[in-house]
Amino acid sequence: MLPATIALLFLVLPLAGLIIRAPWDDAGDVLTSEAATTALSLSLITATIAALISVVLGVPLAWILAQPALPVAGLLRPLIIVPLVLPPVVGGVALFTLLGRSGLLGRPLYALTGFSFPFTPYAVVLAQVFVALPFLVLTVEGALRAADRRYEDAAATLGATPLTVFRRVTVPLVGPGIAAGTLLAWARALGEFGATITFAGNFPGTTRTVPLEVYLALETNPGSALLLSVLLLATSIAVLLLLRDRWVRRW
Amino acid sequence: MSRLGFRTHGFPHNPTHLSSIGQVRRRFFAQRRKRHGMPVAIVALVILLPACGETSASRGSSSSGDTITVAAAASLTQAFSEIGQDFEANNPGSKLTFSFGSSATLATQITQGAPIDVFAAASPATMKTVTEAGIANPPVDFASNTLQIAVPKGNPGKITGLSDFTDESRKIAICAPQVPCGAAAIQVFAAAKIVPAPDTLEQDVKAALQRVESDEVDAALVYKTDVLAAGDNVEGIEFPEAARAVNVYQIATLRASENAAFAQRFVEYARSVDGQAVLSEAGFGRP
Repeated sequence: MLPATIALLFLVLPLAGLIIRAPWDDAGDVLTSEAATTALSLSLITATIAALISVVLGVPLAWILAQPALPVAGLLRPLIIVPLVLPPVVGGVALFTLLGRSGLLGRPLYALTGFSFPFTPYAVVLAQVFVALPFLVLTVEGALRAADRRYEDAAATLGATPLTVFRRVTVPLVGPGIAAGTLLAWARALGEFGATITFAGNFPGTTRTVPLEVYLALETNPGSALLLSVLLLATSIAVLLLLRDRWVRRW
Repeated sequence: MSRLGFRTHGFPHNPTHLSSIGQVRRRFFAQRRKRHGMPVAIVALVILLPACGETSASRGSSSSGDTITVAAAASLTQAFSEIGQDFEANNPGSKLTFSFGSSATLATQITQGAPIDVFAAASPATMKTVTEAGIANPPVDFASNTLQIAVPKGNPGKITGLSDFTDESRKIAICAPQVPCGAAAIQVFAAAKIVPAPDTLEQDVKAALQRVESDEVDAALVYKTDVLAAGDNVEGIEFPEAARAVNVYQIATLRASENAAFAQRFVEYARSVDGQAVLSEAGFGRP
């Protein structure tokens, strides 16, 4: 009983402290200031794009992972889980080594086109996809495993091509799972900090997302940092409310 | 047929594929042993973890001598590390712990109560954050630093001077405005009457330098001392407006220090002939 209470208090009290200490009188000024609105719009746009990319890339990957007879699935899963447990800053450094201006792929890209990813919003999206994609893949894979594969077999025996089976049977069957995975990926992308500041840099309007803005504000304007933190907290709570039982139970 | 008198291998009669009671017993005890692995690991971690916090816990209670923690601007990394080693050699049994970082970040941490004995800031402005909170003793100047343009080895961006910083097509890194080197950068750009087009505003000068070292940017505005410290990886380009923005470094002991006398000795050492020699060799100017 006691350990459970301590655990609950430890998780809830800091968030309560955040809400209590935030300077609510300044909320109007801070949340409509240029820095905050720029960071917020950048965050929302990049997180949404990252979530969409994760869906397009992640659902097929999850489908492969969920194939029961595939031996390579056992090898793939740990690789996909790595970005989940890797410290995000390390993820940023890793993205650097691949796609930085002198990176393995980045150098030929720069030589050919004069374009390099760091310090652009594209880098922000890439960093967010790197950390959010595993969430989506694992969620959808779980949903696929729980789904009844016999419906797919039945469709196949009725003459549907694999693509039709995927489109009209599999995807609707795991629809709630995909929605839940997308929402999780979106929330994770919104909160990404370490990989963003390392790989994409820190410039207002281009790469300074809300978490980076909070980090900066801690030194210059702590009240603003608290209010922006409450904003992110509210977003996370909204995501969790959307993800409640109705989605979770189905898969 | 096994000793049990019926087929014992294979699905569906025997999902565990064990053919005798002996094997079952061995498997069960092996699993019992394995189950203890996790709790043992957790206990070991809990015992070892406090060792990580040894430094601050041993402050003032160490039997071998005095220990203090010095928070210093990132640009002082190499110079203060050397000064620290010399100081420890002069005071056998003593132990110095350094925390290098952005002066602005360190100032925030100190006002939040970080257990620091000495604070060396790269500008009077960041030191003021701490003195205005009433937690530091009066600071003294001990060094100065000027800015220099840093470019990757070979100068791939063909940077010639400060005017190249207005070029949108080039990748430029400068320090964030609230950090001393960023504040100096703003002064320098104002003196040169140019509007820069940076691609990233870094939180401390070493981060900006790192962008140059890894060839991610064509140029960055960092301290002369950072260019020297980076050695061959980085080339420095002087520019005349640098003299218009000289950063004065200040050092102060903190009121909450548990070892005030020893902390003061360190401050005096940094300002002594020996300390100043190390600083000037690193490229710092006189205070």
